[in-house]
Amino acid sequence: MEVVDYYLYTKEHEWVSIENNVATVGVTDYAQEALGDITFVELPAVDAEVEQFEEFATLESVKAASDIFSPISGKVIEVNTLLESEPGILNKSPYERGWIAKIEISDSDEASNLMTAEEYRKFLESAG
Amino acid sequence: MPLIFEKSVPGRRGLKNPASDADAAASIPQKYRRAKACPLPEVTELDIVRHFTALSQKNFSVDTNFYPLGSCTMKYNPKFTEEAARMPGFSGLHPLLPQLRQGEKLTQGALEVLYEMEKFLCEITGMDAFTMQPLAGAHGELTGVMMMAAYHKARGNKKKYVIVPDSAHGTNPATVAIAGYEMVAVASDERGVMDIGELSRKINAETAGLMLTCPDTHGIFNSDVDKIAGMIHAVDGIMYCDGANLNAVLGRFRPGDAGFDVMHVNLHKTFATPHGGGGPGAGPVGVKEKLVPYLPISRVIKRSDGTLALNYDYPESIGYIASFYGNFAIILRAYAYILLLGKEGLREAANQAVLNANYLKERLKERFDLAYDRPCMHEVVFSASRQAKRGVHALDIAKFLIDKGIHPPTIYFPLTVKEAMMIEPTETESKETLDLFVHVLFEADDLSQRNPAYFKDLPQSTPITRPDEAKAARDINTNYFKA
Amino acid sequence: MIPYIANTPEDIKEMLRVIGVGRIDDLFRDIQPAYAPKAFNLPPGRSELEVTAWIHRLASKNASHLIPFIGGGYYDHYVPAAVTALVSRGEFYTAYTPYQPECSQGTLQALYEFQSAICALTGMEAANASLYDGGTALYEAAMMAIRITGRRKIIMDGGVSPIYRKIVKTYTSNLHFEFAETPVVHGQSNRQEIYKILDKDTAAVILQNPNFFGAIDDHADIIAKAHQTGALAVESVYPISLGLLKTPGEMGADIVTGEGQSLGLPLNFGGPYLGFMAARREFIRKMPGRIVGETVDQKGRRAFVNTLQAREQHIRREKAASNICTNVSLCALQAVIYMCLLGKEGFKELAQLNLDKAEFARRQIEQIEGVEVKRSSPTFNEFTVYLPQDASEVVEKMIAKGFAAGFPLGRYYKGMERYMIVAVTEKRTRQEILDYARCLREVLCR
Repeated sequence: MEVVDYYLYTKEHEWVSIENNVATVGVTDYAQEALGDITFVELPAVDAEVEQFEEFATLESVKAASDIFSPISGKVIEVNTLLESEPGILNKSPYERGWIAKIEISDSDEASNLMTAEEYRKFLESAG
Repeated sequence: MPLIFEKSVPGRRGLKNPASDADAAASIPQKYRRAKACPLPEVTELDIVRHFTALSQKNFSVDTNFYPLGSCTMKYNPKFTEEAARMPGFSGLHPLLPQLRQGEKLTQGALEVLYEMEKFLCEITGMDAFTMQPLAGAHGELTGVMMMAAYHKARGNKKKYVIVPDSAHGTNPATVAIAGYEMVAVASDERGVMDIGELSRKINAETAGLMLTCPDTHGIFNSDVDKIAGMIHAVDGIMYCDGANLNAVLGRFRPGDAGFDVMHVNLHKTFATPHGGGGPGAGPVGVKEKLVPYLPISRVIKRSDGTLALNYDYPESIGYIASFYGNFAIILRAYAYILLLGKEGLREAANQAVLNANYLKERLKERFDLAYDRPCMHEVVFSASRQAKRGVHALDIAKFLIDKGIHPPTIYFPLTVKEAMMIEPTETESKETLDLFVHVLFEADDLSQRNPAYFKDLPQSTPITRPDEAKAARDINTNYFKA
Repeated sequence: MIPYIANTPEDIKEMLRVIGVGRIDDLFRDIQPAYAPKAFNLPPGRSELEVTAWIHRLASKNASHLIPFIGGGYYDHYVPAAVTALVSRGEFYTAYTPYQPECSQGTLQALYEFQSAICALTGMEAANASLYDGGTALYEAAMMAIRITGRRKIIMDGGVSPIYRKIVKTYTSNLHFEFAETPVVHGQSNRQEIYKILDKDTAAVILQNPNFFGAIDDHADIIAKAHQTGALAVESVYPISLGLLKTPGEMGADIVTGEGQSLGLPLNFGGPYLGFMAARREFIRKMPGRIVGETVDQKGRRAFVNTLQAREQHIRREKAASNICTNVSLCALQAVIYMCLLGKEGFKELAQLNLDKAEFARRQIEQIEGVEVKRSSPTFNEFTVYLPQDASEVVEKMIAKGFAAGFPLGRYYKGMERYMIVAVTEKRTRQEILDYARCLREVLCR
């Protein structure tokens, strides 16, 4: 299971990469594998205000629907519209082409509530 | 196989309409008319009969196959009830007739069916009154939870939550949400029943009620139902019984005697009305005295002169939940079934349903993991986890069964059991059929050890094999005309 | 002896031995004695012959001899023999929900064909595989509009069936929605009133065509206005009328529902019936109920499956679009067979036949002194009749003459005690219509 070293993670298997106060958010390799073929992505609205660990998007696969929680609070400034036409990208490239949204961070201290790659790997191992 | 639309040839007709005997052809102004004729297929009656007969032959059904689909009670549907439902005295009856002045006189036979059926269901379940109106089990659930809400409103109770066990059918949580409550889930304990400790921690003054399937979806009868009812009633909560599994306890247990305040009954399960390829069913709802004022309108009453009538005068009623009096033709079939079986027959149905399930449990448990090793009711839940370790999952076993002419059990439900296979044989199957089923499942187990890869391309005997469901959900094609 | 149970005493003995208990009662030991039923007083079982004879007797207590001129959304249409023959196949009616696509392609393909036929009929892009009935379908449409728009106000035109309106109100009573009903004016949608209350909080305007009074309308203007405020338009329709009438799709509707009873289903004293729903394609994921989609199998063969299941209760549980589990598959099958039998030309011809007979009846009725047919726009096969007396009384007197003469509007509309709606289908003959008019004249003259 791939875990990208310099990203931060949540227990709900979202990742976040922070650059210049903008967080790019997606779901992990583990999450896409667990969901199976993703068939639909309900993206948040651009300009929507989101709270850390609150629901902000939904993924659907053939036999499951899963809420995605924002790893960080802020304002959605961009969404990956490619996922609307090609949801399968999320399976193929969860950490790169399958990013879900970019969020302008409102409270950078919240990053301390997230796991490092090292911690997330351990979390995955302990969850079995 | 081509679609019926693809067999269309301009100029062909499937039905001869009568010629008009009106004086003249009428016309509607152009602005109200459709631009083009509705593009229905142009085919002969024979084309249609061949097409749909061929389609029917692509189905498994109770009439053609063993169908041990857990929680669905796929028992045999007697033919005479079909005939009863088609009697013109019932099938041609317009539902607005009894709403005319003195109109009840025109429908005494139909009202008698509804009235008698209400009495029967009260007797079977221990409830005080029934509404026959809900059109399916889930519709019954919604009706029941709405009555729960009406009860709390009338008493000025501030309620917010309905408790649902994690083993429940998905309809329970969905019902709670659309009725305006929040759902609180409670886990099952190691015995497979609701964890009472967790329950007691989750009950509070804002608990509106609890929905419990009884016997539950693990095929287990929860001996603590009276204790649970006590806990819920202590906060003036309402006990809802999901009667999906009533078939197991006919004549042995009545939810109304054990503290349940409201319940629905699936006529298409317990009372042998056909499942129709996914409906129509019927989900009458019974209530104890304290909820009677909230029953939907209309209700069938008996006047002092012995005639039956519809009464709409119940000011506290939740109102109209269906257009009329329920799925009448389904209710009529169930009524005929109950009359034929009678008191002893219903008890016997439950006996044999439970015997068949326990027999399968004993026979299968040497090769398949039991979710809970204890006596079961009408159904038993296994886990294919032993086979899954060999790479053969519940889905693969299901496909293997299809090749053997057996409809698979319910798989991956309840959600509480990994690789779940929920088997409900029903009372109408013979020991020979059960033995054959065991034999086939053992064969699947053998193969899972010898050649797990064999399963991946199953089934082979069917018109199609493992359709691409991801493609169906991504490249949506649900309409021939917009494909 | 029950003819549906196979186990013999020998079988039972052997099975109990395998299980390791002495008696069947032992299998029920989790049900402690305290739970023993307080009563179970049911009649003893009877034979098939006896039960059938009894049901026959009950059937004969119903007035099936009346010549029906009663509609109100539920009509006495002819059901072709092939419809009944095909839906009587056990492979269809004793199957269940197509959970395993490999052994239910029959039901799945038929439902796909049903969805396609409903789209053709309504001029819409996507339909589901059916809902319980027309009334509950309209409630589901209102909820769907609320989900799509995130708004909480529903405008309900007074021409929508009063039965449907009551159902929608019942279901939404705990949900804090705002309901506004706009009474009809001259039997038609009151545009002024609708526009007055149409605003940024409006999720949907709900309309019906033809409306409960029988009036045909073109709602395109109302729908366009609704769209200007971001509201959706829901149209409830009578399928047979769509053989001739402008489709909701042509009017620009977003969601269409209807009662499919007229498509080959018997009246059955109220059910089972057939709710249907169609919508614009962009809303398909917000639609309740099962949806069948076409795909391919492992070997590239055409296949049909239940699709978009992630909307449904068995996956999404408390977040599902609706709590619906089953639909009414068999009724949908009945309807698609019916539509295929009629076919493109036959369906139009049938609608025309209904119109012609209704117009003939209208002219006969209008000639009766003191009677007026009230209409400010064309009607299809049902129309509103003003009587010089209380309509309930007149209808009661007509029963004695062998007619179900119509449905008195006073039942649902205060102040309309002298009105009734009269429906005429293809089954009514010229002679029946003439007799009806003669009897109505007699009743009124007395």
